[in-house]
Amino acid sequence: MSYSDKVIEHFTNPRNVGEIENPDGVGEVGNPVCGDIMKLFIKVENDHIVDVKFKTFGCGAAIATSSMITELVKNKTLEEAEKISRKTVADALDGLPKNKLHCSNLAADALHKAIEDYKKRKKSNA
Amino acid sequence: MRKVYLDHSATTPVHPEVLEAMLPYYKEKFGNPSSIHEYGKVAKVALEEAREKVAKLFNCSPYEIYFTSGGTESDNLAIKGVAFANKKKGKHIIISSVEHHAVLESCKFLKKEGYEITYLPVDQYGFVDPFDLKKNIKDDTILVSIMHVNNETGTIQPIEELVRIAKEKGVYFHTDAVQSAGKIPIDVGKLPVDLASISAHKIYGPKGVGAIYIRKGTRIIPLSHGGHHERSRRAGTENIPGIVGLGEAVEMVLKDMDKHNKHLKNLTETFFKKLKETVKDIQLNGHPEKRIPSTLNISFKGVEGESIILSLDMKGVAVASGSACTSGSLEPSHVLSAMRIEPAVAQSSIRFSFGRENVIDDVDYTLSVLPEIIERLRSMSPIYAQSKK
Repeated sequence: MSYSDKVIEHFTNPRNVGEIENPDGVGEVGNPVCGDIMKLFIKVENDHIVDVKFKTFGCGAAIATSSMITELVKNKTLEEAEKISRKTVADALDGLPKNKLHCSNLAADALHKAIEDYKKRKKSNA
Repeated sequence: MRKVYLDHSATTPVHPEVLEAMLPYYKEKFGNPSSIHEYGKVAKVALEEAREKVAKLFNCSPYEIYFTSGGTESDNLAIKGVAFANKKKGKHIIISSVEHHAVLESCKFLKKEGYEITYLPVDQYGFVDPFDLKKNIKDDTILVSIMHVNNETGTIQPIEELVRIAKEKGVYFHTDAVQSAGKIPIDVGKLPVDLASISAHKIYGPKGVGAIYIRKGTRIIPLSHGGHHERSRRAGTENIPGIVGLGEAVEMVLKDMDKHNKHLKNLTETFFKKLKETVKDIQLNGHPEKRIPSTLNISFKGVEGESIILSLDMKGVAVASGSACTSGSLEPSHVLSAMRIEPAVAQSSIRFSFGRENVIDDVDYTLSVLPEIIERLRSMSPIYAQSKK
């Protein structure tokens, strides 16, 4: 098993690590049994994701996919962000080893959960 | 960049003297020991000399040593060979829940063939309770297999009592001694196992060669057929250079076992002591004292193991982990899970296994890069932050 240079680069210098204070949406996925827990925070203005941050407990692929997805969604509309799939993330990292593909799933799931959370909060505030 | 290899439980470098002893058997002494001409005789002499050397490891007769392709084959032969040969007596096998996959998977295979497998639980250190063994032995039990030293934690299983119980009931006892060979004595006179597996590449010998001790009189059938090699218990032209290497390696590790154990103990003790001073929230897995001196299994709370391996690798330090991500499965180490270590902690485990070529500077270098790595990964971790709040 070996990682692409891009995975290693994102693992070594992950973008947007941290938490957002008073986020508009939070998505948390994974569990300690499978070894990955991702938490994604988003800030939304005018249907655009204006800020995004993550915290991840996981392997190299999990950290790299978390970092990559934050880059992919920043300043995108919610509609655009919702279209981001596991494949988008894996492709952007020049691919992932076969047994690590579930990591890209987790990243995409965390994002979609965060958007869902945002929508729910908006509804209950309306 | 400095390079520090701390994964000797995975494999070791071939010792230069071992390699030197092997080389003629690739070149001018290339004969097949089954041939009756001079070339064959030379190879045959080497084969039997190596057998005598390996017999010293177990303090047994050379005729009780059979060469194989390694620990996995030896384990397979022990489990399946005894199971097939004794099926008329019974089809029940008892193993511990912390065995190597070579034993676990052999038993899984046998289960499909109609055998019954009992997995003995272990305590927090990985120890089997002799009482559990006693109460699980039945009339149709044919084999007990419990490893001597665990490959993940380095903990030494006190198998003396377990062997005694099995023998009392007339049940064969196999031990996977791959990690104990050359580190602690295995005298089959004092520790009367019936079968024991070893591997050359864990003791500074070459890969692809190992051996199995089979006590005289043990009922076992071969798994490979096609010739009278190894007294019809393992067909196939013998890997003479490898076998010569194994013999040399055994001789070498036996010669200075105490000296090297002292050296390794100093390295691991210094490492763990200083690590505790510089990194908080760590936990030693396995027994704190009943362990081989080379291996430490440590959990770094809140950080996943593979991300530590990758980060250390970038700094030239090679280690292993019991995390799911490194095993290619989606579950953490079955060994740590059996010891009831919670999943997040098992996922955070790193195995540091030192070897004879390591020096104290390797300890210092590793400690100079490790705390920063843990700190960085913890700052990214959602579960470490949570546990601190």
